[in-house]
Amino acid sequence: MNTQAIKELLYKMADDLLIIGHRNSEWTGLGPILEEDISFSSMAQDKIGQSQAIFQLLNDLGEQEPDTVAFMRGAAQFHNARFLELPNGEYDFSLVRHFLFDHADQLRFEALANSSYEPLAKVAKKVKGELKYHVFHANTWLVKLGQANENSHNRMQAALNQAWNYALGMFEESAHEDALITEGIFEGELALRDKWLATITPIILKAGLQIPASNEWQPIYGGRICQHTEHLSPLVEEMSEVFRYDPTAEW
Amino acid sequence: MYGNAYIDPNDKAAQMIAGEDPQKLAEFEARIAKGEKIEPKDWMPKEYRKQLVRMIEQHAHSEIIGALPEGTWITRAPGFKRKLALMAKVQDEVGHAQLLYSAAETLGKSREAMINDLITGKSKYSNVFNYPAFTWADACIIAWLIDAGAIINQVANAKGSYGPYCRALDRICTEESFHLKYGHDNVVTLATGTPKQREMVQAALTRWWPPIMHFFGPSDKISNHTEILMRWKVKMASNDDMRQQFLNMYVPKIWDLGLTLPDPNLKKNAEGKWEYTEPDWDEFKRVVNGDGPCNAERLAVRRNAEERGRWVREALNTTESKYIVPLA
Repeated sequence: MNTQAIKELLYKMADDLLIIGHRNSEWTGLGPILEEDISFSSMAQDKIGQSQAIFQLLNDLGEQEPDTVAFMRGAAQFHNARFLELPNGEYDFSLVRHFLFDHADQLRFEALANSSYEPLAKVAKKVKGELKYHVFHANTWLVKLGQANENSHNRMQAALNQAWNYALGMFEESAHEDALITEGIFEGELALRDKWLATITPIILKAGLQIPASNEWQPIYGGRICQHTEHLSPLVEEMSEVFRYDPTAEW
Repeated sequence: MYGNAYIDPNDKAAQMIAGEDPQKLAEFEARIAKGEKIEPKDWMPKEYRKQLVRMIEQHAHSEIIGALPEGTWITRAPGFKRKLALMAKVQDEVGHAQLLYSAAETLGKSREAMINDLITGKSKYSNVFNYPAFTWADACIIAWLIDAGAIINQVANAKGSYGPYCRALDRICTEESFHLKYGHDNVVTLATGTPKQREMVQAALTRWWPPIMHFFGPSDKISNHTEILMRWKVKMASNDDMRQQFLNMYVPKIWDLGLTLPDPNLKKNAEGKWEYTEPDWDEFKRVVNGDGPCNAERLAVRRNAEERGRWVREALNTTESKYIVPLA
């Protein structure tokens, strides 16, 4: 097994989940209706729990403890896609991001359930069951708000336009792509992206929305090689604030 | 958490039952005396309905406003275990609000109307949430001791007479008991931790003691709750009795952890009653009436959330039609 390739794959997945979990949790107390506060909190708890499980796999491969890795790194050591670190903005953007990311993640975990790397396949089987509900939630809201009234339609379309190139950035290829594919660890980012497009397109159309024209697609990469927007640093500092207050302490 | 919805009506008993049918009133009171629950479609005096709406609504508001000071610590919680637990706890609190608004709606006031009354300042919420949670330790003290106070209040109210409220409270109390364990575990960790952690938790406790003493409402000496609300089982225990119960359960636990409380007069007397310095009730009134450290901020945050979410609620209300994008 190519341990380096596996680690890189695990890091980006764990970081994606940790960062989107953080963003989802920021909706607590502030949702448009109480039921959505509760939903975003549920999803945040799942994401954070899933990231912990993947950091544990990294720990098993010799990396530091999940708490240390998650809470003590600087922004320049994170491998999440830039898409996920963007601020929540309004509910429209948060919802569109939730839709685009969760479909990609569900497909990723479905593929990984058959990974030749057994420990990951085992985690993936559990996670994909949880993601089914996240995707169901995202689809329901996208279809509802995409065509409820003119205002909600315009907001959702604008959010989709704003999110699109960032979302394409989720599929930034790794230097180890060939090794992952050859060894049957993961099917690769391009295959995942094709499946993702095929899955989300009919739902977006059903919501009365349009995917930006393909000649305008310009994936925003960088996150996988630890190059981030200005939004990640404050997030990471906030996340580790209490930990750093006394690094010698048990919390 | 969080409700400590105390009732402080100065209404005279006679005013409270003015105009009610004496026979129906007698039957209603007889049912309550027998321990029966009153259900939404049953006859009830106007004042009973009014007091219950006020109390349940205030409790619901306390849940969503209480989610704010604790919620700000979710993104900063140290480590996976604490972060996951705090997220689940605050989510529970929002869920309690949902349950309580539904219970209050059975009495004829809509959730929207209640939330409007909250953000316009017409309707109150628990006064403790007008104080800030400065540090992680403040969030831990809230989770332990404010939730502890809320449980005392809610266990009493769960034996009240209004069915939907009692059933909501039974479920809420079960969840609260986990919050209490979570809070206690956090405070123990800090109090038995490094010098910096001990200093942090002591400072938080000292800061929170006056609001905690205020939590159960004004002293019985100045809060002339009416006998009639007790008879109707709307109010189930006096403010001072609940405060005594709290002190009896928690002061020894606090002292056991080597923490100190900022009241030199706090002690249990020979008759087993706790003596303490009378809390500053003028400060309490000032904060209840809007002049606390966080009143304006809490309501501004809530108002802003309502404002930003309005388009979503409007979209949800358009159930029938489907918006078709114009082709040109």
